[in-house]
Amino acid sequence: MTAMATEPLEALLRQAFPNASELAVVDRTGTGDHFQVVVSDAGFDGLSLVDQHRLVYDALAQPLADGSIHELRIRTKGTA
Amino acid sequence: MSELQDRIKQIVENEPVSLFMKGTPQFVMCGNSDRALKALREAGAPITAVDILPDPAIRQELSALSGWPTIPQVFIKGELVGGADIVQELAETGELEQKLAEALGPDYRSAADARTVSVL
Repeated sequence: MTAMATEPLEALLRQAFPNASELAVVDRTGTGDHFQVVVSDAGFDGLSLVDQHRLVYDALAQPLADGSIHELRIRTKGTA
Repeated sequence: MSELQDRIKQIVENEPVSLFMKGTPQFVMCGNSDRALKALREAGAPITAVDILPDPAIRQELSALSGWPTIPQVFIKGELVGGADIVQELAETGELEQKLAEALGPDYRSAADARTVSVL
């Protein structure tokens, strides 16, 4: 299992949320497997936090499934 | 439905507040499980904890049931409230206490510490 840079994750999120007003991925531990992501998107407006986080999990399904993300912290915001 | 799946479902649906975590409230094995536990404790929630570590099948069946990929997972009366980030965020804004009061009644606060149950 190789450590993952933040760029591929950012690219996956950008693909899923092309109009995000804020999108950031931080490697929390510098080890390429503990990440904090922040996404603000108008598409989140009116959705519960559970559903907002589900969309982020969906976008990162591959790296979550193959184990390259060991820990993921998520912060989502609507724009309303 | 497998026996394990059935047991998980029963806990999720019947316990007022269930917390599926790594380790137990007395011996937490993961920082995220700890964050969720602390947030629930601060809100005074009556917690029923399930350690998912004894058998990988627990986590598989739980995620199949909830559609949520990570641990911890918190449910209030059968409804998935979220993982550590959401529970912490809701606790900070006071929404967690509000949710608990709505689902369990205004006298939901429990003096007892978390209890742990096994699904195996």
